[in-house]
Amino acid sequence: MTEPSLNLWVIPLLPLAGAAINGLFGRRFKNAMVSFVALFFTAASFGWAVWAVMQGLHLSLPHVETVGTWISAGNFSAPFGFYLDQLSMVMVLVVTGVGFLIHIYSVGYMAHEGGYYRFFAYLNLFMFFMLTLVLANNYLLMFVGWEGVGLASYLLIGFFFLKDSAADAGKKAFIVNRIGDFAFLIGMFLIIQHFGSLNYAVVFDKVGHLGSEAGWGLLTAIALCLMFGATGKSAQVPLYVWLPDAMEGPTPVSALIHAATMVTAGIYMIARSSSIFSRAPHALEIVAIIGCLTAIFAATIGMAQTDIKRVLAYSTVSQLGYMFLACGVAAYSAGIFHLMTHAFFKALLFLGAGSVIHALGGEQDMRRMGGLRKQIPKTFWVMTVATFAIAGFPPLAGFFSKDEILGQVFSSPHGSHVLWAIGVLTAGITSFYMFRLWFMTFFGELKLGKDLGEAHAAPVQHGSAPSHGHDDHGHGGVHESPWVMIAPLMVLALGSIVAGWAGVPAFMGGSNRFEKFLAPAITSTAQAALTATERTSEAAGQPAEEQQENPNQGWLLAGTSVGVALVGFFFAWLLYYKQPELPDRITAKIHGTYLMVLHKYYVDEGYGLLFVKPLLALSTVVFWRGVDQGVIDGLVNGAGQASQGIGNELRRMQSGNIRSYAAWVAAGGAAVLAYMIWLGVRK
Amino acid sequence: MVPLSWYLILSAVLFCLGVFGFLLKRNIITIFMSIELMLNAVNLTFVAFANYWNEHATLVSDKIIPLSGQVFVFFVMVVAAAEAAVGLAIIIAVFRTRETLNVDRVNLLKL
Repeated sequence: MTEPSLNLWVIPLLPLAGAAINGLFGRRFKNAMVSFVALFFTAASFGWAVWAVMQGLHLSLPHVETVGTWISAGNFSAPFGFYLDQLSMVMVLVVTGVGFLIHIYSVGYMAHEGGYYRFFAYLNLFMFFMLTLVLANNYLLMFVGWEGVGLASYLLIGFFFLKDSAADAGKKAFIVNRIGDFAFLIGMFLIIQHFGSLNYAVVFDKVGHLGSEAGWGLLTAIALCLMFGATGKSAQVPLYVWLPDAMEGPTPVSALIHAATMVTAGIYMIARSSSIFSRAPHALEIVAIIGCLTAIFAATIGMAQTDIKRVLAYSTVSQLGYMFLACGVAAYSAGIFHLMTHAFFKALLFLGAGSVIHALGGEQDMRRMGGLRKQIPKTFWVMTVATFAIAGFPPLAGFFSKDEILGQVFSSPHGSHVLWAIGVLTAGITSFYMFRLWFMTFFGELKLGKDLGEAHAAPVQHGSAPSHGHDDHGHGGVHESPWVMIAPLMVLALGSIVAGWAGVPAFMGGSNRFEKFLAPAITSTAQAALTATERTSEAAGQPAEEQQENPNQGWLLAGTSVGVALVGFFFAWLLYYKQPELPDRITAKIHGTYLMVLHKYYVDEGYGLLFVKPLLALSTVVFWRGVDQGVIDGLVNGAGQASQGIGNELRRMQSGNIRSYAAWVAAGGAAVLAYMIWLGVRK
Repeated sequence: MVPLSWYLILSAVLFCLGVFGFLLKRNIITIFMSIELMLNAVNLTFVAFANYWNEHATLVSDKIIPLSGQVFVFFVMVVAAAEAAVGLAIIIAVFRTRETLNVDRVNLLKL
């Protein structure tokens, strides 16, 4: 029986068509036309994706469709192939669904901005690359999408390109990502060299047949390279520094690219490569440690930030850390689960923050906000849902996914109690800074235009200049956002409530359908050990993955995480609602620590000192002055000077004296004659 | 019967006279005459060889026309006449602008 074709290639190509139309002709379109084109192609892509997934569920998965050959060289070939399995289904739906909602929102948010058509062209371009990334059936095509989303991200961060800080942030994002991409490339080269192909099916099959001894070092090396690539895209320690700066872009971009979709590409890639990672326990351990470190590190920074978008940015980094942690304990489906729920509530948080910023005419500093509960009630309610969801209150989405991760960290053979404890602590801090944001923004009284004392002066990039021009269109006072912005928020809020119900854990009477659904697409460590042709005794002796969870333990873990969330809520309430003067006194008492956190542990400065400055010096002294000016320019100039000198000498022969020319001719003739005579004599 | 080598020696002497005249004289007309002298030295070689081949026709294949050397001389003469016409015109033009026939002073192209 031949499988019906789902024409998967249409899904990414639709947004590309939208990007092409808007990018090439959008300048002449009216804004309504631009919105129509962008929304139509995104909606069509979403519709096609839903249809393909519905069809795909009845097919034998993974369903692979190859459109054509892209590169063919010797034994190696990379096709334009698309790969639909449970994992890419989830990703495609998240990307197109959330993407479509954010497109709608942008119509309202960007209505008064210049470069309207440019914005939507970039946004559609991003959708194209992201869908290529998740649908590719080989690493090379995935890398195309991977680089493409980086490009779209760069273009959109620097959307307000007249502002230096935005242009710089775009460059920073691009350069930091390149570092990770470099490792990803090396990982791909290793895969090509040892498996001769980049196709998922071939690679994973060959990985399965590697002997456990033979493959260990190789797989660890590949996994580490891929992981480092993922730390760049998914903003993990040590390459997370670009994400907070990326908030210079328009808010819908922060929601779509820098919270919901693009930054999860690294998580997706690790989950996709689960059969490699599951065979490389040491790499997994490092993934878990990095994730854990990122989670707590970013969460503590988030506590002290005053820019509403930056708080959310650090929260994103921290939540991505959770996903990394989940992948690191081989609970890939828990990571993807959190990825999905996070896409809903973090997009909602960003869009809600955008709505707040919109209402206040471009103000982003939370210290000037307050009391917005009554003025923008719809935004308040959706933000409340999102805040409770990310803080992990049941029965909202964040609770189930975060609890799933923490539970796995606690009980999985790859997890450890230390990682779990840090994870729980992070959950408490997350709850604290999110409710801090909530209280500062919506409670108390509005302090718009308040002059902030120098003692609190935030780092430079927090400058109070409004980052987008809502001032221009002269709305008076605080105003609720238009319906075109509120409606997507409502849908996302609904998603933030129900998305978690897909994965209700067993001990709560659910069946964790999400994990069961994803299971065929994921290679767990136990499976990896079984498929190895050479089974070591320990591997065979390992307990089966499906160990029966102790229900009491499940309740206890869930109770703990809800408990710390409540503690975080309590402290935020105490400090930012009940006694708002308390935080100042506390920060005064621990001034040094506070400053350190406020300045993000001086990581940017440290990188500047450790990498940027030496690199600049090296480039200036050795590569620019030495190699470029000395060697390369030297060679070119030397060649020029040499021919000039030789010409200068030879010029003397051109005396202008006819008889001397004649003498040379005669001498030449005589020489030829002499040579011929000599030839004759020699015979 | 005069041997071939005599002709050749005479021709070489004439040619050398032409060369040295060309190199040593400053007057353009003298130089011009030296060129004619060289041409005619070559012409002498042509006819000498043509005569030589004619006498020893059996030595060479029938396909070589024994008179070709002598015909060639006529070509040289025609070309030399044309060249003399052009050359003399140039000399007159030079004399009119520079008012000299000293070749060393006709050096405007020199850097």
